[in-house]
Amino acid sequence: MMRRLAFMALIAATAGGIAPAAAERLVVSLSNHRVAVTSSFVGEDLVLFGTVEPEAGKPLQRSYDLVVTVTGPRETLRTRRKERMLGIWVNIDSREFVRAPSYLAILSNRPVGDIANQDTLRRLQIGLDNFLLPQRIGPDVADTVRDDPFRVAFVRLENQQGLYRESGIAVTFLTPTVFRAAIPVPANVPTGIYAIDVKLFANGAMIAGTTSALEVIKTGIEQYVADAAVNNGLLYGLVVALMALFIGWFGSVVFRRD
Amino acid sequence: MQIYLPIADLPVNIFLVLGMGLAVGFISGMFGIGGGFLMTPLLIFIGISPAVAVASVASHIAASSFTGAINYWRKRALDMALAMMLLSAGIVGTAVGVWLFTKLRELDQLDLVIGLSYVTLLSAVGGMMIYESLRAEMRTRQGQPATLRRAGSHTWLHGLPFKLRFKRSKIYVSAIPVWAIGFIIGFVGAIMGIGGGFLLVPMLIYFLRVPTATVIGTSMVLTLITMASATVMHAATNHLVDGVLALILMVGGVIGAQFGVRTGQKMRGERLRLLLGLLVFAVGLRFAYELVVKPDDLFSLRHVRNS
Repeated sequence: MMRRLAFMALIAATAGGIAPAAAERLVVSLSNHRVAVTSSFVGEDLVLFGTVEPEAGKPLQRSYDLVVTVTGPRETLRTRRKERMLGIWVNIDSREFVRAPSYLAILSNRPVGDIANQDTLRRLQIGLDNFLLPQRIGPDVADTVRDDPFRVAFVRLENQQGLYRESGIAVTFLTPTVFRAAIPVPANVPTGIYAIDVKLFANGAMIAGTTSALEVIKTGIEQYVADAAVNNGLLYGLVVALMALFIGWFGSVVFRRD
Repeated sequence: MQIYLPIADLPVNIFLVLGMGLAVGFISGMFGIGGGFLMTPLLIFIGISPAVAVASVASHIAASSFTGAINYWRKRALDMALAMMLLSAGIVGTAVGVWLFTKLRELDQLDLVIGLSYVTLLSAVGGMMIYESLRAEMRTRQGQPATLRRAGSHTWLHGLPFKLRFKRSKIYVSAIPVWAIGFIIGFVGAIMGIGGGFLLVPMLIYFLRVPTATVIGTSMVLTLITMASATVMHAATNHLVDGVLALILMVGGVIGAQFGVRTGQKMRGERLRLLLGLLVFAVGLRFAYELVVKPDDLFSLRHVRNS
């Protein structure tokens, strides 16, 4: 219920389109706010459409840049590093990444490094290198330098699974003010609410922004099984065990020759 | 044809999983083992998380060992009394194993312990079986009858107190080694996420001198009960049993096991042990390779919790 409410709130925020002091307004719409995971789900591509509304009576800025950041539900993961000890490879060192997004996509119309300077990108957390990924180091929780080996490995492993990505070609300007962005939702994404943050740049400075959201949910038999497994674990286990016995017995009856 | 697994949270090819169930089921029926030591690594290989793989394989093993056990029951080739005796100690072993499993996982050393246990146990057991069956084979070639029940083959194990008679297996042994074996199987099975059949069969043959005729059926009964309870325990505590994955594996496993049992019964005992020995040894070597050779990626991820 809480999840649903939070989702509604995010949708509502979209409608308003929170624009900073600058005059341009950003209006976006998602092709689908809900991704349903069914038994044939193999991933999906969502499309975010939008337009830049210039201030009345003022000429258009020369060119706009757009960055869309999609973040999935937060989770805590541990990155472990193997080292050689007594001839075998053993996990020696590890770091915990606290409340990192389970999915992170940074989509833009050209590489983020070309859109704004490093300070701006860092401040706005734009790009995989600049996104805050706090690690637990002793009693403290803090992000490290971007070339920290554990941070690099974490981003690389998530990227290999298709969960973290940065693309400088995923956003296309159809006209100088109308754009579309393709948001890839791979099959292995966790369920939950995904926040979409859209930022508009001109001449290296952010001039407008808005947010939206999408929800990944399980439906049909998938939802039924997942709910049963979580809410009635013992009963679910008994059913699976009985199913095993039944199939085992059935097999021996079907194939009986004597 | 792709199907989305609700607990594993990813799509898999239904025919690939069915085929894996068939192949492992065939091997499990043939040798009277659960096949978990083959299935778990296979599932991890196709991208299913180790925790879900271990939990779901338990129900697959329960199904194929139930089919096998029924077949052996009909042929009166299982020793229920011995199975129950092993089971009573096996439950204690499982409980201790599950506790240690959780502790090791917290310390990030579970992979290492699983790897080392696989290497040690599989190469030792596999090597021993290869050696023993080759010797028996040689003896047959030289015209001597191949038998494991040689006169004077009683070891110190047979001198222990609390002797029990197991009629179906025609053995008279102390309860102590029976309990010890049951405990070890339960413990090792929980740590390694396997049924332990490949360990149990040789242990029963070499230590208790259980005849080949009843050893497989007896091992299957034990595997069935431990794996069915493991399914329920995993589902109740970790919510990691994927019912859809389990169902596909079971169907394949049960069909495969049928053909495996028949093939197994057509083969001579020594030949069967040699094949199983080679298989077990090969899997052991595979794990040794992984431990010794520098991994492609030194880093790995583990989910701590959702937040």
